[in-house]
Formats: sequence, structure tokens, C-alpha cells
Amino acid sequence: MAPHTEQLTRPAAVRLRGLTRSFDGRSVLDGVDLDIPAGQFVALLGHSGSGKSTLLRAVAGLDHEVTGGGELTAPERVSVVFQDSRLLPWRRVLDNVLLGLDGRDADRKGREALAEVGLKGRERAWPNELSGGEAQRAALARSLVREPELLLADEPFGALDALTRIKMHALLRVLWEAHRPSVLLVTHDVDEAIVLADRVLVLDHGRIGLDLTVERPHPRSYRDPLLGEYRERLLAALGVTSDVA
Amino acid sequence: MTISTSTSTSTSTNTSTSTSTQTSTGTDTAVNAAPTVAAVGAVEAVAAVEPVGAGDGSRVRRRRRRGLAPGRPWPASRLAGPLLLIALWAAASAAGRLDTGAIPAPWTVLKTGVHLWTDGTLTTDVLTSLERAGYGFAIGLVAGVTLALASGLTRTGEALIDGTVQLNRAIPTLGLIPLFILWLGIGETFKIAIIAIVVYIPIYLNTHAALSGIDHRFVELAEVQGLSKARFIRQIVIPGALPGFFVGLRLGVTGSWLGLVVLEQINATSGLGYMMFQAQNYGQSDVILVGLLIYGVFGLISDSAVRLIERRVLSWRRTLSS
Repeated sequence: MAPHTEQLTRPAAVRLRGLTRSFDGRSVLDGVDLDIPAGQFVALLGHSGSGKSTLLRAVAGLDHEVTGGGELTAPERVSVVFQDSRLLPWRRVLDNVLLGLDGRDADRKGREALAEVGLKGRERAWPNELSGGEAQRAALARSLVREPELLLADEPFGALDALTRIKMHALLRVLWEAHRPSVLLVTHDVDEAIVLADRVLVLDHGRIGLDLTVERPHPRSYRDPLLGEYRERLLAALGVTSDVA
Repeated sequence: MTISTSTSTSTSTNTSTSTSTQTSTGTDTAVNAAPTVAAVGAVEAVAAVEPVGAGDGSRVRRRRRRGLAPGRPWPASRLAGPLLLIALWAAASAAGRLDTGAIPAPWTVLKTGVHLWTDGTLTTDVLTSLERAGYGFAIGLVAGVTLALASGLTRTGEALIDGTVQLNRAIPTLGLIPLFILWLGIGETFKIAIIAIVVYIPIYLNTHAALSGIDHRFVELAEVQGLSKARFIRQIVIPGALPGFFVGLRLGVTGSWLGLVVLEQINATSGLGYMMFQAQNYGQSDVILVGLLIYGVFGLISDSAVRLIERRVLSWRRTLSS
């Protein structure tokens, strides 16, 4: 089933109109227009320095002292997963997951979220006892336990080794199917984008240069030859010409 | 088949970890067990192929790299140095190599200590000294932490406090003694005030540096998680600043004893320093040594107490010493 058809009728979770951002007079975002329907899994590709993170930080509301304008609408409940797990070293794993969470059954929710990411039994561990992959799982649990309408992920697997990354891809997709938040995944990895996302955007010179819907069923395999076509188009949009793909 | 070398043990641990992470949602451990065993077998098979003298069941030996961490700590290792020093002192005295007028034997010092203790003068002096150090330390601790929080958490506080403390730091505290005597009289108040100043400065400096050095990434995290200002301070800023605070605390504890020694030798009518000052006038080097030993024991005990608290509170830290 092509996800974009059903989502046409849903309200947009994220709406950007003419979003501009500049640093020291250098324009990074130059009028970005973007709608992300509720529940859509979007990947944002771009060269380093193309403004991917700037866009994500703008949507997350993390850009305090920047120059720029435009219209930006984002949901109430937004979670962010960073490239580093950003667990507080002085709080145990469960307490990290519960950071900023209130309510009587917060503890139960936290344990459930940890079980969901495969960290059942590690609730009392200290963050520096976790492997890189486990720490990133805990970070995912921390973002999910808040039941976000929008999940922003800034190269969340960039610091992981290749094998762990593949497992995390599968996990992220499973979690997305269970919770259905809108996802904006910022990455520089073309394969990661086409294996995970239903829609891939390429940011080029501060604007959305390519908006591609990936219509292949999940779970997707890296070896799927039909994905090669998408890969080629995306690499071309990124200005990489390659015969390997 | 048993795993013989340390190399293969560590490899198998890695394998089991990756196997367990593979199963993403709450799987039974029993399910994991089978692939782990298989993986261990595979590792051993590979290891056996390595050309280390073809033989039946020959173990793979690999030279272990020299560890760079200092290794396992000895039990009560901090006492080893002082004990050795005392042993040398005793040996030299017994051999008659020391001038007993300048450095009396350990047993003479001990005898003098017992004598002073039984006639009650030592008890009074020790209690007076402890009281001074205790009050001064407590006031300095509260002042240092309060000022550091005010200066580290608010811009107004930083503008008003930080420069002032830096100025205070530049003035040698013991140089303030004459002025403080004029202001506060020659009683207990000025002594406690001087000790408090000696204590609060390192506590302030280290706590303030730790507070203002909180990782910006954690600030961002707090914003994303929607933490209130109060929670941000309680759950991120203060725990993050604790390691710095403890560095200051240890310096402060040492500082309180240092201040005490000087104060009690200049203007006092009781206390350990006074006792030693009197002994100097009468040429009683054994009494001076008793005083020094008590100062040393107090310093060691208080420093160990702070270390113990530090280890408990900062148990999440993994450092060279653990």
C-alpha cells in the first residue's frame, strides 16, 4: 500500500512556509516549504553543512539566537533523538528515560519503553555500562515514552558501527509501526534513508531540492534491486555520480 | 570444552552481547543461550587454527599487553607510606642516630601524649581546636556553595559575586589577620572568620567552575525534554557540578587545618597551636611533635571522610582509581 495516498487527507503535523535561517550573513535555509502529514516517515538528506541540522533544530525549537523568519507549525509533543545518546551519566538508565516525565504511572511507562527497545533488565544500569547501541536504544526509549506526535532524529545512528546500525534501523521501523509518530530523520546515509523512510527529501542550497516517495513494501532489504533506482536518483540529486549504484 | 585463554573469553563475551541485542523485544535468555554456545565454539575453532606449535589441545598463548591503568588498589594502601615513615623514625631513634633534643623517639612522643591526655590539658586543647576548625569549615562550606550557586546560575549573581571573590582570592587570607583582630577582637570570632575565608574560596572556585562548565548538550536535552528551570537545576546542573564541588571540598578541609595551625600559633590562649607555641618556649620538642601528629591525624581522617562521601555520591563515575 502506498502510504502517501491515505495521508493526503490527514492534517499536516509539520508545516513550513518560507523558512529562512542564516548564520553570520550566510544563508543556510533559503525559504523552505514543507508539509509532513501526521504519521509519515520522512528522511532528510543533504551534504554536511547543507542545513539539515539547522532545519531539524528549527522544528525542534532549539534555535534560540538565530536570524531568520518564515512560518513554522509543529505539534505539541515533539521528541528529539541526537547523534549521541545524551544520557545523563549520573542517572540510571530508567531515570534517564523518565527525565522530565510526570505522572503516577511514569515508572511503568518507562519500564515498558525500555522493554520495547530490548533493554529489559537494564533499568538500574549506569549509562557508562552500556554499549553504544544500547545507549542509543535507551535514548530511543526516552523519546518514545513521551508518546510524541513528531519524532526528530539528527543522525541518530551516525556514531554506531555498521552491524549495530542495521539492527537499529529495524528497531526504529518496528517502533514507528507500533506508535506511528511523524518522523523526520536527518541523515547523510542514502541507504539508511531509502530503507527506512516512505519519503526522502534532499536539501540543496537551502531548499528542498528533491522530494521522493519510496514505494517499496517493508521490511526493505539493502539488496533490493528496485531500491537501486531510488539510490541513483538521490545520489544524482546530491551531486554524486557513481557507477557502483 | 573450556575456554582457556583470556583472549577467547573476551571474544565470547562480545559475541553473547551482540546476540542478545539482536533479539529486540523481551526474549527469553534460554533462546539466546544456544547461538552463544555455537559462537563460542566457532571462536575456539578459529583460535585453534592459529599456528602455535601444532599439538594436541595446545593452548593459544598470546602475550598480554601491559596495562596502563595503575592496577588493583591495595587494601588500606593509604596507610602504607605513613607507617613506613614511622618505622624509619623508630629505627633511627633506636640506633641512636637522632638528636633526642631535636627529634625525640616515637615512644617518647607517645609517652608525652599519654601524659598530656591524662592530665587533661590535651583534651581541652584538642576540643578547642576542633571547635574552631568545625565552625570555620561549616560557615565556609555554606558560604562557598551559596555564592557559587548564586554566581553560577544567575547573570546578576555572576556580575556581583565572581569578580569580588576573585579579588578576595588575590589577597592572602592570612594577611587579613591584623585587620580582623581590629574589627572582631582577639577572641574566637576572628579565628573562625579567617578559617571560613580559607575554606570558602576553594569550594566557591571549584563549584562555580563546574556549574558554569555544564555540557551544552545537556542544556539542549533539558529543553527538548521540557524541563522546568527548577528541575533543570536540580536534575542536571547540580549533579553535573558535584565532581567539581568535591574537589573544592577536599581543598577546603585541608585549608581549615592549615588556617588553624597559623591562627593558634599567633593569637591564642588555648588549642593545639597554643600548646605547641608554649612547648617551643620551653624547648619541649616532644610536645610539638604530639601536636603535629594530632593535626596530621585529623587532616587524614577528615580527608578520608570526604573521599568516602565522594565515592558514595559519585558512584556513577568510572575513573582510574576504581
